[in-house]
Amino acid sequence: MASLTGLLGSRRNGAGRPVHWTDIAAYAYLALGVVMMFAPVLWLVVSSFKTQSALLEFPPSFLPFAQAEVTVPGQPQPLPLFRATLPDGTVKELAQLRRIGLVAVMIDPADPSQQVRIAIDKREPVRRVALSTSNYTEPLRQLAFTTYLRNSVFVTVVATLITLLINSMAAYALAVYEFRGKAAASLAVIGTLMIPITIILVPVYLVVTKLGLVNSLWAVILPGAATPTGVFLLRQYMLTLPKDLIEAARMDKASEWQIYWRIVMPLTLPALAVLAIFSIMWRWNEFLWPLAVLTKTEVFTLQIGLNAFQGDLQTQWHYLLAMTVVTLIPVTLVFVFLQRFIATGIGSTGMK
Amino acid sequence: MADLKLTAARKSFGTIDVLHGIDLDVKDGEFVVFVGPSGCGKSTLLRMIAGLETLTSGEIFIDGARVTNLPASDRGLAMVFQSYALYPHMSVAKNMAFALENMGLKRAEIDARVTRAATMLRLTDYLDRKPKQLSGGQRQRVAIGRAIVRDPKIFLFDEPLSNLDAELRVATRKELAALHAEIGGTMIYVTHDQVEAMTLADRIVVLRAGRIEQIGRPLDLYNKPANLFVAGFIGSPRMNLLPATVLSAEGGSLRLRIGAAELVVPRAAAAAAPGAAVTVGIRPEHIAVVPEHGTLDVTVDLVEHLGGETFIYAAAKDLPQITLRCDGQTPSSRGEAISIRFSPDHLHLFDATGAAIARP
Repeated sequence: MASLTGLLGSRRNGAGRPVHWTDIAAYAYLALGVVMMFAPVLWLVVSSFKTQSALLEFPPSFLPFAQAEVTVPGQPQPLPLFRATLPDGTVKELAQLRRIGLVAVMIDPADPSQQVRIAIDKREPVRRVALSTSNYTEPLRQLAFTTYLRNSVFVTVVATLITLLINSMAAYALAVYEFRGKAAASLAVIGTLMIPITIILVPVYLVVTKLGLVNSLWAVILPGAATPTGVFLLRQYMLTLPKDLIEAARMDKASEWQIYWRIVMPLTLPALAVLAIFSIMWRWNEFLWPLAVLTKTEVFTLQIGLNAFQGDLQTQWHYLLAMTVVTLIPVTLVFVFLQRFIATGIGSTGMK
Repeated sequence: MADLKLTAARKSFGTIDVLHGIDLDVKDGEFVVFVGPSGCGKSTLLRMIAGLETLTSGEIFIDGARVTNLPASDRGLAMVFQSYALYPHMSVAKNMAFALENMGLKRAEIDARVTRAATMLRLTDYLDRKPKQLSGGQRQRVAIGRAIVRDPKIFLFDEPLSNLDAELRVATRKELAALHAEIGGTMIYVTHDQVEAMTLADRIVVLRAGRIEQIGRPLDLYNKPANLFVAGFIGSPRMNLLPATVLSAEGGSLRLRIGAAELVVPRAAAAAAPGAAVTVGIRPEHIAVVPEHGTLDVTVDLVEHLGGETFIYAAAKDLPQITLRCDGQTPSSRGEAISIRFSPDHLHLFDATGAAIARP
């Protein structure tokens, strides 16, 4: 917090100096950046609390409004509240009992015996800010959301662990050992970065089918476990470890496994954290490949589950938006807790 | 504790020969120092003994057993690296225990050994600290402790003091000497600092460009350098090396022209033909300032008063700068003309190839 106030208080000519026009320009530019980055997310969160009808209305409102309702004695259900202009010119809040054509039958909540008939263009709905929390509770109750969540968590955690283990082993070999064809092997690993997943989708699908893995979460986990990005990132980091440490371990009678597991892995922790973050984000947001190999709802991941809200004829936007917010939460938390590693990772690899 | 033998050990990196056939015997319990300028191959030689570099040809024996192709981990040696190479994520105790765990020792035995080494090196208060939290000298001691706990056959030191400041270097040097006296292991020590070599070694191996120039006890190297390189390398300030021409050879002694003067060198082992170019070597402490009729007349360039001793740097016609060391405080000043005398009993003479032909 202190650093934030320090940042906001910093001026071009040092603290305490008059504000220079470049300060204003800089803050305006930064503010624009903040708006550009956060407006869509904010819009998503706010919209996720709107009702289906509020989402479709035009012009759209920023806050989630809903029509106010009142319970009128003698009426079994709550009635919608309107601000009505009566024939004598007075304005009064009345509940609508029913509507027939262009005429509405209104009732005064304070005095239910009084009924008034007015034209519908003489009344406008009373709207209050209301969070439509049912957007969240309904799908969580009705859909197999917890199943999707469990599947997504399983895929993300297991795939990340396997990725870290396999990639670090490959990186260790490429960083520590001297062998014929080492450069070629490194190049081949990096070269696979140029092949987009859409190209290998069909062949990999065929392999997965032959292995009988379709509709199993392992079909999502295994094909992407070894990532060239991860191998490259870890190798580059391991290259910066002092060679003396590995030689000291050799002198200390450590086996190759012990050098890898007890010396190199702990020292590669910052890079492993970066890769873990990337892997979690990739796996959590992965869509195309799971969509291809998962066809039964009980093995759906969250992203595929969300897709179910989008039908051919109708999209249930209110549910879709609410569940999108829910799926964003874990990734956001990962960011909050591991952001310093992300900065290191981007700084050292140029990736994001 | 073990002896070490190298026979015709060679090393090439690609087409570049780094070591041209090293033969060396290190006795059990001996402290041997490899010394030489940067790039002379001394570290490579040490790493070959350690097993961290392979030999291009030749053999290495430890305690009579051939270990030439044995991996580093199986040779039973311990090494202290120039960078210390402490494991940064482990505490001091863990650093020292790592090798013992790898050897499969019991926990009680490991703890006992670590405690003993820590006591010996005054590290008991720091056992739970990480290397990052230690000073340079303490890190150095941990690195040594990591070697001691192993109870290795041979200790290898790769320029262990070069990252310390001058004061600490002197202190640690003394501690190392005391350590060797206490545990008495075979130690091989690499340095480019001839003072470290002189003070620590039982025997010094002087290397240059991948060859051994001379092996001997420190004072033997100082008193009787076998060649020009060793003469110039051992001793600080270095020996005065002055070009001269042979005038005549009479009965085992040589008469030389040196600058504007003449000089007679007794006991010249090999006769040199008149007219041959030679090099006269004389240490700064073997030159005296005399009132008149010295060997040479020189002009004082610079005087350094250190209190207990005085260094005079003097210029003579057609000769390189000459360094004199005088005991006590000699009154002398820049520009002064003085006469100096070379002690005839301490003259070295080297032929055109650099080999010594006359020694004290």
